[in-house]
Amino acid sequence: MKFLCLDCDQQMTFAERKEPGDGTFAASFTCPACGRSVAMLANPMETQLVGALGVRIGGRELDEQPMEFVRKNVVGRDDAFADAPDQAGVPGRPVWTAEAEERLRRVPGFVRGMVKKIYGEYAADRGIAEITPAVMDQARIELGLEGM
Amino acid sequence: MTFRTYFAVPDKDRSDLMGQVTAQRARVAERLATVRSVVTVVSGKGGVGKSFTTASLAVAAARRGLAVGVVDADLRSPTVARMLGAAGPLAVGESGVTPAAGAAGVRVMSADFLLDDGKPLVWREPPAEGFVWRGAMEVGALRAFLGDVAWGALDLLLVDLPPGADGMSDMATLAPALAGAVAVTIPSEESRRSVARTMRALVDGGQTVLGVIENMAGYACGACGHVGPLFRGSAGTDLAGEFRVDLLGRIPFDPSATPEEPGRAWGTIVDMLIERLR
Repeated sequence: MKFLCLDCDQQMTFAERKEPGDGTFAASFTCPACGRSVAMLANPMETQLVGALGVRIGGRELDEQPMEFVRKNVVGRDDAFADAPDQAGVPGRPVWTAEAEERLRRVPGFVRGMVKKIYGEYAADRGIAEITPAVMDQARIELGLEGM
Repeated sequence: MTFRTYFAVPDKDRSDLMGQVTAQRARVAERLATVRSVVTVVSGKGGVGKSFTTASLAVAAARRGLAVGVVDADLRSPTVARMLGAAGPLAVGESGVTPAAGAAGVRVMSADFLLDDGKPLVWREPPAEGFVWRGAMEVGALRAFLGDVAWGALDLLLVDLPPGADGMSDMATLAPALAGAVAVTIPSEESRRSVARTMRALVDGGQTVLGVIENMAGYACGACGHVGPLFRGSAGTDLAGEFRVDLLGRIPFDPSATPEEPGRAWGTIVDMLIERLR
């Protein structure tokens, strides 16, 4: 889908995605000419219809993780996956603060390993040495991880 | 008010949903490029021993030196993994999920590894209007089972589908290089009618039926080996004749049989199947 600013006859550009956790989805788009912004708000059914296809409105910032579709959509057992060993302590890999680890523990076990890997790669790609709750918040916004 | 519509606006659609779907399919194709033959195991109704058949075929083929994988695509009632003695957790690496190891080295992926014991398959979204999207979810899971698992080089990947023809249609979409399907029936007329519907749907959809296996074709005495009657009917022979395909084998019900130790008859069936796949 595309959004067109009628005043400027310009295609609006994708700005931000939000998944507030209530089954809905929101994305904002901005006109590069006049700066006007609009938000597309999808109800749970519309959100689910798109999500069921395993696609993301606004495109993907990250490659799809192994079993991402299953891990996001199935209520599964906590010990279903043995994720790759933690990279903390490996030179060049970010370390997790206690607060960030605590927040990560609140993520369901079925998806926790995948989420940790995504945050780790986000930080490593940007040269961030330490993952804090603030880094997690930023990653959630930039990567569209609100649902995780 | 006049304004331009989708194709009149030339800039790229950043979401490119169709491109994302195409990339998903490409991922499955890439993963299955190292698999020589993908074969589904189908039936028309439950209770004919389809999963037992899948597991027995897999072990018999592996014992013949083939590299074999099994996808348990019956998401709601996954049973093949246990029959093969395969269990999680599944190791996740950079290149994908490592399949669990089952009897005779058969590589296995199943929803059984994902669900708590005794718990049904539950999707993570609100249940309202679930019928609208549930089918897409199930195809998405099957796509992940095929494309996100590091199968490696396989001679044969068996896909145990839930009863009916819908799963075969989904498989044909996800894996266009599908070799075909093996249909499983029991001897009864009711089973014949049910499996015939599935086979007709496959044929009408342009799919190949590689042959029919008649399961529970009599009762094998555990003591003397004598095979006595169990069900009336000759569904296997009838279906093979109606659809002009091979009757790959007739397997008597043997209470002592396990997929991990398949009898000689399964090896014969595998030989015929391999011949058909050449």
